[in-house]
Amino acid sequence: MNSISRRKFLKITGFTVGAAAASTALNPIIKGAKEINNKKAKGIQKIPTYCDICFWKCGAIAYVKDGQLWKIEGNPRDPLSKGRLCPRGTGGIGAHFDPDRLRAPLIRTKSRGQEHWKEVTWDEALDFIANKMKKIKENYGAESIASFSHGIGGNFLKHMLKAFGAINFAAPSFAQCRGPRDVGFELTFGDSIGSPERTDIENSKCIVLIGSHLGENMHNSQVQEFATAVQNDATIIVVDPRFSVAASKAKYYLPIKPGTDIALLLAWMNVIVTEKLYDEDYVKKYGFGFEQFVSEISQYTPEWAYPETGIKPDLIRTTARTMAMYKPATLIHPGRHATWYGDDTQRSRAIALLNALMGNWGRKGGFYFPVSYSLPPYPYPPYPTPTKDKLDNPDKKYPFASEEITTGIREATITGKPYSIKGWFVYATNLIHALPNEEETIKAIQNLDLLVVIDVIPSEIAGWADVVLPESVYLERHDDLHTSAFKEPFVGIRQPVVEPPADQKPNWWIAKKLADKLGLSHYFPWNDIEEYFDYRLKAAGLSLAELKKEGIINGPKQPIYIEDGIEPEFATPSGKIEFYSLQLLQAGFDPVPKYRRPEEPPAGYYRLLFGRAPVHSFSRTQSNPILMDMMEENEVWINSDIAQRWGLKSGQYIRLKNQDGILSNKVKVKATERIRPDCVYMVHGFGHNSRMLKRAYQKGASDAQLITKYNTDPLMGGTGMNVNFVTFEVEV
Amino acid sequence: MARYGMVIDTKKCVGCMDCVVACKTENNVPEGYNRDWIVYVTEGKFPDVHLEIQSQRCNHCDNTPCVSCCPTGASHVHDVGKVVLVDHNMCIGCKACLAACPYDARFIHPDGYADKCTFCIHRVEKGELPACVSVCPTHCMYFGDLDDPNSEVSQLLASRKYHTLLPEAGTSPRIFYLI
Repeated sequence: MNSISRRKFLKITGFTVGAAAASTALNPIIKGAKEINNKKAKGIQKIPTYCDICFWKCGAIAYVKDGQLWKIEGNPRDPLSKGRLCPRGTGGIGAHFDPDRLRAPLIRTKSRGQEHWKEVTWDEALDFIANKMKKIKENYGAESIASFSHGIGGNFLKHMLKAFGAINFAAPSFAQCRGPRDVGFELTFGDSIGSPERTDIENSKCIVLIGSHLGENMHNSQVQEFATAVQNDATIIVVDPRFSVAASKAKYYLPIKPGTDIALLLAWMNVIVTEKLYDEDYVKKYGFGFEQFVSEISQYTPEWAYPETGIKPDLIRTTARTMAMYKPATLIHPGRHATWYGDDTQRSRAIALLNALMGNWGRKGGFYFPVSYSLPPYPYPPYPTPTKDKLDNPDKKYPFASEEITTGIREATITGKPYSIKGWFVYATNLIHALPNEEETIKAIQNLDLLVVIDVIPSEIAGWADVVLPESVYLERHDDLHTSAFKEPFVGIRQPVVEPPADQKPNWWIAKKLADKLGLSHYFPWNDIEEYFDYRLKAAGLSLAELKKEGIINGPKQPIYIEDGIEPEFATPSGKIEFYSLQLLQAGFDPVPKYRRPEEPPAGYYRLLFGRAPVHSFSRTQSNPILMDMMEENEVWINSDIAQRWGLKSGQYIRLKNQDGILSNKVKVKATERIRPDCVYMVHGFGHNSRMLKRAYQKGASDAQLITKYNTDPLMGGTGMNVNFVTFEVEV
Repeated sequence: MARYGMVIDTKKCVGCMDCVVACKTENNVPEGYNRDWIVYVTEGKFPDVHLEIQSQRCNHCDNTPCVSCCPTGASHVHDVGKVVLVDHNMCIGCKACLAACPYDARFIHPDGYADKCTFCIHRVEKGELPACVSVCPTHCMYFGDLDDPNSEVSQLLASRKYHTLLPEAGTSPRIFYLI
């Protein structure tokens, strides 16, 4: 097959698809939620939308029975969900019924953090915000308003703020989650992993998970593909201090000492290089600096790695050879929440290099080339020209940061350098649980003239706000069109299924109304969001009516592998896969990753590790009545022998105390054989202390509260958070 | 006549509880109660651990102690697929069936009657799969007629190793766990 330029597939002209779609007769029954709700129709209506319980955005179909929200299922047309939602998604209707929801706009009446409020009208709340914003702009410049957001719902608010002149936007998803991984892969392959990740799990013959608890982190498409791989008898290799669910599916479980992953990765590469097990043709064709890499890697024998990692040399050799045997359909998963020790970009780079040795970038069973639907943007007027630079990363302190750093904005808010930040907009992200070191976050907040929190539930950060704006939940609102890059192109729509129960409003409405009050109406020239959708869809040759009816419009399948004839392009300085990175060397970093021994816990202390449960997203679902009923508190996993030494029994409540003397809320012990003796584990997102979250209040312990210490990644500013140690307080 | 059963592939199950959530919404199961649930069976000493995750529910047994002990006849074997059901109108909430069931699969609904998994018979009779099976993201659950040798469930049981829960109770359970 002739080689096809990659770029041809990145964009798809909507014309052919649109023409095909237009010929399909529209279902006369379903014409959108508004009409249905107004009539309170009898019987069952099915309204397609896409999920918002996590960030994966699975296509879904909501069922309304006699005008009441009943259940939600996956949309079979959606390539992400393939008709099956995860447990959070299935429990998503609980977000609508959550009795703890914010119901009306609130303005703070006492000092920050005291949770004393008065209910106000939307007009009063937005006037209050607009006046404060204008004052901040007058005194400090529009650049002094920053925003933190999570998810697609933030799009219109960011647009409003950009129109106002704001330039500082960040999301915890970078510096507190996937940032190091993205940068590590960008440095190696010149491209990031994306979300959803471009991992071809279903076709992998060998899957290596390093601290990635797939199955417990319920990223729907990936878990579905993982189950397919297991069914196809793929060899699973799991590296984790905890015997995760994924470990229970593994042929090889490597119970690694926490923090020593780079040593294992270097030893694996040593075996593969010295035994010449890598894909020689691929490395020769696409690799840069391979000889320097080989010379660096030759020192890291499995015998060298054994005392560091606790993994026996034989097992390191066997697993390395297994990976090589199945290449290029061997996938060393890049993980997602990758901010562990502060050397995370280099660990991710080591993972990227091991993958490169497998020759799997662009190959079936490795990393495919994602495709997405190209929808033209709405033609807005240009944003004002900023007079200042972004302030999250002054003087390029973190030279390889590819997105804004939340903790950089927090730092600038505390110090006023390089310039003052006086306003924060926080959308759908609970910064108290998302950022390490709560004390620093609160210190920054105290320097603000305005803190606006927009959310569906009264999270901890809402408790610190000046104004809280209640957003309608995803089942009651529109959001921006969804076109994630994935294995096949598609467009998805989120549309209202039911009315909000009180005075909650969608984010696009909030942004548009606030823009009106700020004299920025010309940035929102459409009357309602369907007009906006219609413009963008028409420009791509698609029909809004069709999308509203089906929820998803699928584009034609595209080649996604080198095997399909795609010639890969690597946007690195050398234009190749960088086994040896000159740009890292020039910036004063290791061109090939090196291992540095992590700090040991003091006697009587255990490393605090944290992760996910399949039924909760971050700290935002604990008050959802359905999901709360599945899991209402977290437990602290303690190795059985250690528990016995402390006289602790499963089910008993204890408190955790960290190295800085911070004491957690009481938490149940889970004495288990499924974790190493030198660490403990808990699910993130519990231990709420927002009194307004009545159901979740003081249930379980907050890992975030115990993360007072963090190591900042010098390459990109990520916050390594697995560096805290805890001991047990038996008296509760 | 059909004899419905469920086959669950423990190799694929990740214990995500989607089956539990789906049952709750489909059947409007009240807060604090579940018709199905997840059990983690851990054996061995770290790091040589074996974990089996079991999605559990009423076993719709061939031998039904819950039906035999029911004083009102509320607990009965349904004509369709020999599914074990409770007639809410006939049930007096005496809890005899709760005591008789070796699987602890029943509970007293806040409205006063014994309640449990129905294999989503209201869906099955319309040609749909039980809610738990239809949502499972790992496709680890299979439902069908055990008396039909060509059904997916029969084929799986013929080709894979499996076990049931408490076979020694003599109830002949119809939920099978592939290992």
